[in-house]
Amino acid sequence: MSLFSELMDRNRVKRARQRKAANAVMLSLTGLLTALALVPLFWIIGYVIIQGGKNINLDFFINLPRPLGISGGGVLSAIEGTLVVTLLAAVFAIPPGVLAAFYAARSPNTPLGVALRFSTDVLAGVPSIVVGLFAYTLLVVPMKHYSGLAGGAALAVLMLPTIIRTTEEMLKLVPASLREASLGLGAPEWKTSLRVLLPAASSGIITGFLLALARAVGETAPLLMTALGNERFDIGQIITSGVQSHLSVFQIIGHIINAPVDSLPLTLWKYAQQPYPERVAQAWAVALVLMLFVLIVNVSARVWIQSRTRRMKG
Amino acid sequence: MLKQLKSLSEKDWRVRIQRALHHGDRPWQGLLILFSSVVIVLMLVIGGMLWVKSSGSRDAFGLSFLAPTANPNWDPVNNLFQAWPFLYGTLETSLFAILFALPIGIGIAIFLAELCPPWLRTPLTWLVELLAAIPSVVYGLWGIFVFLPKVVAPIGNFLADTLGRVPLAGALFTGPIPASGASRLAASLILTIMIVPTIAAVSRDVFLAIPPSQREAAKALGATEWETIWQVLIPYGRSGLLGAVILGLGRALGETMAVTMVIGNSIQGGISLLSAGYSMASIIANEFAESVSQLHTDALIEIGLVLFVITLLLNILARFLIWRVARQVPQEARS
Repeated sequence: MSLFSELMDRNRVKRARQRKAANAVMLSLTGLLTALALVPLFWIIGYVIIQGGKNINLDFFINLPRPLGISGGGVLSAIEGTLVVTLLAAVFAIPPGVLAAFYAARSPNTPLGVALRFSTDVLAGVPSIVVGLFAYTLLVVPMKHYSGLAGGAALAVLMLPTIIRTTEEMLKLVPASLREASLGLGAPEWKTSLRVLLPAASSGIITGFLLALARAVGETAPLLMTALGNERFDIGQIITSGVQSHLSVFQIIGHIINAPVDSLPLTLWKYAQQPYPERVAQAWAVALVLMLFVLIVNVSARVWIQSRTRRMKG
Repeated sequence: MLKQLKSLSEKDWRVRIQRALHHGDRPWQGLLILFSSVVIVLMLVIGGMLWVKSSGSRDAFGLSFLAPTANPNWDPVNNLFQAWPFLYGTLETSLFAILFALPIGIGIAIFLAELCPPWLRTPLTWLVELLAAIPSVVYGLWGIFVFLPKVVAPIGNFLADTLGRVPLAGALFTGPIPASGASRLAASLILTIMIVPTIAAVSRDVFLAIPPSQREAAKALGATEWETIWQVLIPYGRSGLLGAVILGLGRALGETMAVTMVIGNSIQGGISLLSAGYSMASIIANEFAESVSQLHTDALIEIGLVLFVITLLLNILARFLIWRVARQVPQEARS
């Protein structure tokens, strides 16, 4: 009998040791996995900075692409195209996004509010290439040509969920007393929304726009079938020729947004697949510009939102 | 006196209109509802447009377009299209990516939500989320010049020598991997890196939503930290974690640029993970702008439609599962 209980004890000690060992192993494994996931992050950032840094210079920013073998070519067309496409996307996405966010923040529990938040979440998961096809069928087919306008529309659909989400969160952070004070003074709901809530939440909302922009700037897939790419796209030239032929401002803007445009990620994609080292070198430089832009916007936006949230809640 | 005032003011048409519009609140409310509905209807419109514009291909091939086949045809010149190799490539790469990313993502979530010291939590969370912010093309460029030769090719050769020799299941790992490393394995691995942040972020939120009383009860019964996590927290958050995985799967299915740059773009790929393949998103990316006929365009749009339907269903399912966890959480955890 005593032998039995001694065995039991020994088993118990052994079991406790095993449990402790399993605990230590598994807990350190989760830490290791976290470290493992960060390896590619630092590897990519480091490698792109080194390779891109070697190949970036002033020509890169101020010159149009030049044929192979002629030095001094840049990616001005892509930089201008990216600006056009993302600006258009912001114009298309921000007003509806903000208005929808007002609704989501004001009436989250009505059927429409629930449906809105659910479809915002689901929309965020639609593949960007599918959104590109959608913009193609919606704009490129009827207009019969590729354009920056179609590219902007595609990116707008991709920006919409981020804008709605962050704006809604930021509106919810505005203290209810502000809203009540405004309503109590007799201001109607719309005036309260636009003149009190929106300014109070503005910095957070702008950060949300920037995050959405950072995502849109790096998108390539939807631009393949909408903006297409255009190495000769040059806003300066369009404007000067427009002024010379006495076009109105609207006509010039129309020319700019109706042309197929280049964009930085599109250029990166094309150059990366070419067998010429100088093109690949430029691809690394484009990657550096894109990556730095996206990382800087992301980090500063997060720092800003965090401090803002703390202040509002505190 | 009062009556006089009332009749006076009611004669004033401006007051009347203002009253009818609730001082501008009626139009404002209408505007909000309009744009909210636009967002909701957008998805129906996307699906509808793709359905209508793919009619040529749907009429010509019917369901055989998607049917499994050993000798797939993708012949734009003769107008013969079958989508099986792309479906297979997308499914195989995404499923392997989920297989690799699941333990990593949940491990990160456990570390961030349960173990990590508070001062480290925010910076680590940001770093993991930065992985998701890097543009897909940049992943692709790094993939071609660094990841393929340095990581994928060695792993591929190792898999071919070990798992590739196993009967039956070995068919998935028959080598040799192409010399460049461009293969479905490369696509799965790069997808793994790209979807880990999604899985980690959502599962972290799931863990944070679990009420502390669950942990306290488990520890009071003598459970170690790991036993608490494995036997209490993971079962409790099961449906939310499943949602996180499905969300990651949805991202993997639709990822385009990085996959296109490393998958090898070959239609005759066999079934092995180590051979070059093609994915649904990458065939669209490669051929859409240069499609040779209306039927070619239609076929590519139909592939897009299939991709849309799959990701839509997965996303709805995932969101539903995650919402259920958020709802079952009692009040104490929310405060």
